[in-house]
Amino acid sequence: MSLISNITAATLAKDIRLEWRSKDAINSMLFFGLLVVVVFSFSFDPIAEESRRIAGGLVWVAFLFAAVVALNQTWAREVRNQVLDAYRISPAPANSLFLAKALGNFLFVIVLEALMTPLFIVFYKLRALGPAWMLIPIAVLGTWALVVNGTFFAAMSLRTRAREIMLPLLLFPISLPAILAMVRATTAILTADEPAKFWIVLLATYDVVFTTACLLLFETVLQAE
Amino acid sequence: MTDSKSSRHPNTPIVVVTDLVKQFGRFAALRGVTAAFEGGRLYAVLGDNGAGKTTLLRALAGLTHPTRGSISILGTDALRSVSSQVGYMAHPSLLYDEMSGMENLRYFSRLYGILSDERCRQVIRLVGLDPELTRPVGQYSQGMRQRMSLARALLQDPKILLLDEPFSNVDATSGREMVKLLGQMRDAGKTIFVVTHQSALLETVTDEFVWMQAGQIVRRTGGPGSAPLVSTDQSPGAERRKPDSS
Repeated sequence: MSLISNITAATLAKDIRLEWRSKDAINSMLFFGLLVVVVFSFSFDPIAEESRRIAGGLVWVAFLFAAVVALNQTWAREVRNQVLDAYRISPAPANSLFLAKALGNFLFVIVLEALMTPLFIVFYKLRALGPAWMLIPIAVLGTWALVVNGTFFAAMSLRTRAREIMLPLLLFPISLPAILAMVRATTAILTADEPAKFWIVLLATYDVVFTTACLLLFETVLQAE
Repeated sequence: MTDSKSSRHPNTPIVVVTDLVKQFGRFAALRGVTAAFEGGRLYAVLGDNGAGKTTLLRALAGLTHPTRGSISILGTDALRSVSSQVGYMAHPSLLYDEMSGMENLRYFSRLYGILSDERCRQVIRLVGLDPELTRPVGQYSQGMRQRMSLARALLQDPKILLLDEPFSNVDATSGREMVKLLGQMRDAGKTIFVVTHQSALLETVTDEFVWMQAGQIVRRTGGPGSAPLVSTDQSPGAERRKPDSS
């Protein structure tokens, strides 16, 4: 267990260092997220009530697309100079690599969300009518749902020719239940029309199921040629 | 040359390959390779492009799954269980360009459970580089990158070293230094496989030349009890002139 956590920590630290130096993922995500906010705010001019109804969808669609940019970058580094082979020949467990990658992506997307959320609030004049603090567990669970599957499918599409296209094709359909739960939970908090508890529980269940499945299957994905 | 070396390491085979076949679609990169390799020897694997040298090395490293046949390393066919005893240097560097040599090795050492930086410094010095060099690997010369790649392969002090084209783009002096180092490691008991097109460079330290052609081992020269090597020129004409001792 300590070997897994040591390797996960070392891989995560390495990924953060590489991202800090290159800023490949964070710059692309920020640029993309900013574009979505600006384009949508010019496209619609909603009143406060309408904003509350559509903001959940807009916010999560923006984060989903921005996350895909980061997810594509995360494995690209491992393919350059075939560094992934150095991991594959080592005795390090595959799950340590997967956990580190998923945690790294989670961190990058959470940073993006922290930077973009104030912009969404300003541009769409948002004010939650329900308990606003519940947006935090929704953000955490929703982001994990996106990155855990995203990290897995990005690794799966690593050796395909059109991996940038392949990732959304694989990720979006399987993320639909999570996206639905995120959007409905966020809208429920913003409008206070219905309780968000059901959607949060659904999101948490989705996370547990897919995290377990990804951890069980990642060894096969990593060792595939 | 061969007699003295074989008497120095009278070992049983530690790498055994049996009827190894690897197909990529309809193309067979390996066609029933069967061979046994003793420990503590340096094998130069030679052959034309597409002969199957790299595929054989990748199969030994556990990176390529055979379509058929088996590989036994250190008495087991569960290659993952002996992965810390095998060091692999590929044609690409297997290093992160954005990190320094020391940062790269520090990360890879953690994968082998090595928590001290001293081992990283030791292998960097061993290959003739400076562990204090802060420049990212992406800014290294090709020769420096090759040496750092060798240092990464040596990190866990493996018993078996698999080196794919270690001398490509390396200047003559660096090449000779690397050969000297390989000789020292062989003398220390390591089993080394070197895939190369520059066999002349390895002439002084090689125990056995393994010739591959069209996915098969077609000849082994310089093994125990064989005639001494007269040439390491890889031209087809030169190959025909050599004594066939396999």
